[in-house]
Amino acid sequence: MKAVRQAYIRPLDLRHGCVEMSHGSGGRGMAQLIEELFARWLGNAYLGQGNDAAVLPAATGRLVMSTDAHVVSPLFFPGGDIGCLAVHGTINDIAVMGATPLYLAASFILEEGFPLGDLARIVESMARAAEAAAVPVVTGDTKVVQRGKGDGVYITTTGVGVVAEGEDYAGDRARPGDRIIVSGSIGEHGMAIMAQRENIGFASAIVSDTAALHGLIAAMRASGATIRALRDPTRGGVATTLNEIARQSGVGMMLQESALPVLPEVAAACEFLGLDPLYVANEGKLLAIVAPEDTDTLLQAMRAHPLGRQAAVIGKVHADAQHFVQMTTGLGGRRIVDWLTGEQLPRIC
Amino acid sequence: MRLAEAVHLPVTDLPISAQAVDANASRRSMRFIDEFRDGELARGLAAAIRQAVRPDRDYRFMEFCGGHTHAIARYGVTDLLPPNVHMIHGPGCPVCVLPIGRIDMAIRLVREAGVTLCSYGDPLRVPASGGLSLLKVKAALGRDGNTPGDLRMIYSGADALAFAQQHPERQVVFLAIGFETTTPPTAVLIRQAQALGLRNFSVLCCHVLTPPAIASILAATEVRQWGSVSLDGFIGPAHVSTIIGTRPYERFAEEYRKPVVVAGFEPLDVMLAILMLIKQVNAGRALVENEFSRAVTRDGNHRAQHLVSEVFELRRSFAWRGLGELPYSALRIRQAFADFDAEQRYAVRYEAVADHPACECGAVLRGVKQPRQCRIFGSVCTPENPVGSCMVSSEGACAAHYSFGRFADAAPPAGADFPDSPQASG
Repeated sequence: MKAVRQAYIRPLDLRHGCVEMSHGSGGRGMAQLIEELFARWLGNAYLGQGNDAAVLPAATGRLVMSTDAHVVSPLFFPGGDIGCLAVHGTINDIAVMGATPLYLAASFILEEGFPLGDLARIVESMARAAEAAAVPVVTGDTKVVQRGKGDGVYITTTGVGVVAEGEDYAGDRARPGDRIIVSGSIGEHGMAIMAQRENIGFASAIVSDTAALHGLIAAMRASGATIRALRDPTRGGVATTLNEIARQSGVGMMLQESALPVLPEVAAACEFLGLDPLYVANEGKLLAIVAPEDTDTLLQAMRAHPLGRQAAVIGKVHADAQHFVQMTTGLGGRRIVDWLTGEQLPRIC
Repeated sequence: MRLAEAVHLPVTDLPISAQAVDANASRRSMRFIDEFRDGELARGLAAAIRQAVRPDRDYRFMEFCGGHTHAIARYGVTDLLPPNVHMIHGPGCPVCVLPIGRIDMAIRLVREAGVTLCSYGDPLRVPASGGLSLLKVKAALGRDGNTPGDLRMIYSGADALAFAQQHPERQVVFLAIGFETTTPPTAVLIRQAQALGLRNFSVLCCHVLTPPAIASILAATEVRQWGSVSLDGFIGPAHVSTIIGTRPYERFAEEYRKPVVVAGFEPLDVMLAILMLIKQVNAGRALVENEFSRAVTRDGNHRAQHLVSEVFELRRSFAWRGLGELPYSALRIRQAFADFDAEQRYAVRYEAVADHPACECGAVLRGVKQPRQCRIFGSVCTPENPVGSCMVSSEGACAAHYSFGRFADAAPPAGADFPDSPQASG
């Protein structure tokens, strides 16, 4: 009896090939895409289990879980791409809870016709970000939609982390007298995307700040400062994030415009497009609400970390039944820093 | 008067905020912009204004332009003025003065004529008849099956023209709004479309003129007869005046005895203009003065004026929100360019629609009421759900007050000072 011939499978053509409907059909095409592309870059023992779900060792402490969909356009931008953004975004959501991020899950919605070479770049970038952060992608999913029904690729990442008992950072803990610290210059991610999209030459030097913040947060926790709340000011920017905290905590805030760190090129691009850096997204910055007596301790700890060198005190919490976030302008007047109305910049993360 | 003269500082000493604040490398610094937002100069100007005002009287100035309204609110200029200097917001916000019927015309073009309407972002949110807005029409596209048209948000009219070139299968209409500043670019577009022989591009022209609106306010019964609104002078438009010059305002100074100071859109421009107006009022003068001399001349930009008159002509009458029908207050496209006039091409007619009965936009636009005196301000009418047009654009009086200034309507909270000392840590 003759042995059944081993079929020859032509390797994926990463140079000229495109995503086809068969890559999402659950058949051999999908298996090949997973093996030759996803597993090649993201591979680890958990992903390698090859089952419908990853089986993970139980962690001690309380579980923290978060999920984030990424639909950024363009997919590649100065300083990053949708791949590393999807890793950083979810890690940061876990980390600002004071938790140690442990695992990620990723699901991809691919559009028929999307170049496999671009997909490989994105997955490689994701893998590097996950490796640098020491948070592996342990399970995933791929679906393909017809041409015209997607925008290249959408990535949803879900993260799991652990936080010890007693470590409670939450938006409802800000108290009058607390200080507001930002970890660095604001508005870079949103303006990097916008400069690319609008083809603004002079703003092409703006690089997205996308970064995983759990290292910086670990250094902040180690400083022993009493941190009330941490949050990463992504969509809606610093203004919207502070309004969320002010409402949750039932307090008001007063910012000082001249204390806000903004790179000159970001300020110029915002001016040009009629935008306010306070409302522009960040992907590698955090806001900390800290007890007044620990402000300097925390600031020192932050400035000693590469992602916190430009950390600055930008304002103070006070009692206000209206929960207004206000600002003393550079001119010396006062204004409200309100919630973002409508859509300032769509599809930025 | 120049900025430096007003505060007794030589120009070369203008502190750039990057130096003035601290040496932080990431501090914003934009040359030729920061100088006009400088806190130290503002304090100097505020002191000069305090010295100039007579304590025994009030000063009521209208800033015509939404750009000035926005600057005043965003930088908190009012906080630096003495309590007897009052700023009244004028109607110079192109989105705010669009009547409901004009938005209805744009909606009919999309829904009935099936065009691809290209519009700036703000007009999309203006409430129209039947609880609609262009944004709601956009969201429902394709869902209700009988809307053949499309809606696109653009940043420049040139984007609309480019879109028409790329999509010869679609009829593209540009919703052109704005005062004299935005009119020359629209004229250029129409001429370009003609030169290119484009058969699928037209303009729904809603361009309006500044001087008739100022005249309408000065002639209003509240100002002239009843005296319920007293106006001591105007801050004249910045960008509009780069086109039309300062000459058109001379008749307001002469006929109505109201001083006019044309000013730039930066907060220090506004403060300097206020100082210049106070000095005129105190001296009993009513002249047109030019604070914005870095960009504005008496005669304006001849080339732009010529271009506009080549493509546009005066409308006999135009309906403004708040101000009503004003004769010769707007432009329409000349017959020679009729192919590019959406009103003619699609035979859409303006039909007057009454404003929401509780909405006070009309009174706000005439300077008769302050935003917070409107019953629905901040309750039913907010930037998220605007009822009136003044709540739509960030240049609108209501939106500016809601977004930047409504803290002033409440008692100041305790402990809200930051930094406590001259400079906080960091």
